[in-house]
Amino acid sequence: MTAKKRVKIIMAKPGLDGHDRGAKLLARVFAEAGMEVVYTGLRQTPEMIVDAALQEDADVVGLSSLSGVHNYFFPRVVQLLKEKGLDDVLVVGGGIIPEEDVAELKKAGVAAIFGPGTRTDDIIKFIEDNVSRS
Amino acid sequence: MDDLVAAVLQGSVKAMARLITLVENEDARALQIMGAIYPHTGNAYVLGITGSPGTGKSTLTDKITSILREREQTVGVIAVDPSSPFTGGALLGDRIRMQRSSGDAEVFIRSMATRGTLGGLARTTNDVVKIMDAFGKNWVIVETVGVGQDEVEIAKTADTTIVVLAPGLGDTIQSMKAGVMEIADLYVVNKADRSGADELVNEVTFRVEQDAHIRKAVWKPPVVKTIALENQGTNSLMEAIEEHRSFLRQSGKLRKNRREKTRQETLALLREEISRNVLERVLGNGRFDALIDDIVAHKKDPYTSVQEIVRTIFPEE
Repeated sequence: MTAKKRVKIIMAKPGLDGHDRGAKLLARVFAEAGMEVVYTGLRQTPEMIVDAALQEDADVVGLSSLSGVHNYFFPRVVQLLKEKGLDDVLVVGGGIIPEEDVAELKKAGVAAIFGPGTRTDDIIKFIEDNVSRS
Repeated sequence: MDDLVAAVLQGSVKAMARLITLVENEDARALQIMGAIYPHTGNAYVLGITGSPGTGKSTLTDKITSILREREQTVGVIAVDPSSPFTGGALLGDRIRMQRSSGDAEVFIRSMATRGTLGGLARTTNDVVKIMDAFGKNWVIVETVGVGQDEVEIAKTADTTIVVLAPGLGDTIQSMKAGVMEIADLYVVNKADRSGADELVNEVTFRVEQDAHIRKAVWKPPVVKTIALENQGTNSLMEAIEEHRSFLRQSGKLRKNRREKTRQETLALLREEISRNVLERVLGNGRFDALIDDIVAHKKDPYTSVQEIVRTIFPEE
């Protein structure tokens, strides 16, 4: 295995919800797909997530929320990334996100929302197709 | 690229993160980058933390970082976790235990996957240490992958190497073995509230005593008991680190050790450069495959063939 560019993804759970089974499963799924996954764990503030993305030079930030806080946290992460000059980081989200919130989140800069039942292959494909690398 | 190096030297975190990626990916510009970085290195103190999985390396790293921050020292952390030998992917989970340090602008944490390198570190970990050093971090803490017995690369990188142990992972003979147990400047018995902790302290202390009889050494590694999660013993650990650091400085060993490290590193670079050059020429002309055919058919042997190849490239004067 020679060194080459690998997709680096931050997996984070913003806010206070403690349900990380989905996030952990996806972390493994992404690692199995050959990505380098930085799992930051529960109870992350947007600042912590963006700091991690900055220091890790991440290509992707994956946010998971099951507690209904996505409308605040997801756009806030996108905004902070922009403020740090990390516009090229792909932000994707998942969890329990009501259909009617999706359009607004996408407008705020979240590239995709993956709800329950999404095939993991589709998520991987989306990331691989949309990740930008200079 | 020069801009990126300049930005790192001026303190841009984003530039440092980017530069580390280029070096980690062994980008074509990596050697040139490191050449520009090197003159600005040599100021950071490098602390290595190694030990079996689950002994508490990340938590200890977090606590040491906090203590250093209280002393207004800036800190870079490199946390290495293994890559999958099958997919090349990696789950890098050390940041989870470093929450107290994240959010502090003076602490820079970088996770690294081993990408197929054995020995406890990634191939480019050393270079990342140098980048953080040049950036101006006072301390760089390198946490290895969870190691078993033979992963001793960290001792070639760190000024002070800490081997973290926890109770319940083996009998006396384990602590007598070669390898990881030999590289400690300092032993930590973490999770000291668990049963078996005192026995482990005794075993390790016994080993240290034995070592003192077996070989001449001027530094006797202390054994420190900690309960990292509860922040117990961490100040004593920091004191022990400082003691070792003073010892290295006063005895002149810091300079001596660093010279040896530089020698090893330069040799490794030379080896790489030679082998890259030679392999390019050998594999470039297609004759190598023909040679393999001959060897498989037992018309030639690999031992003599290799000597012949090298002799054509470096003809004897």
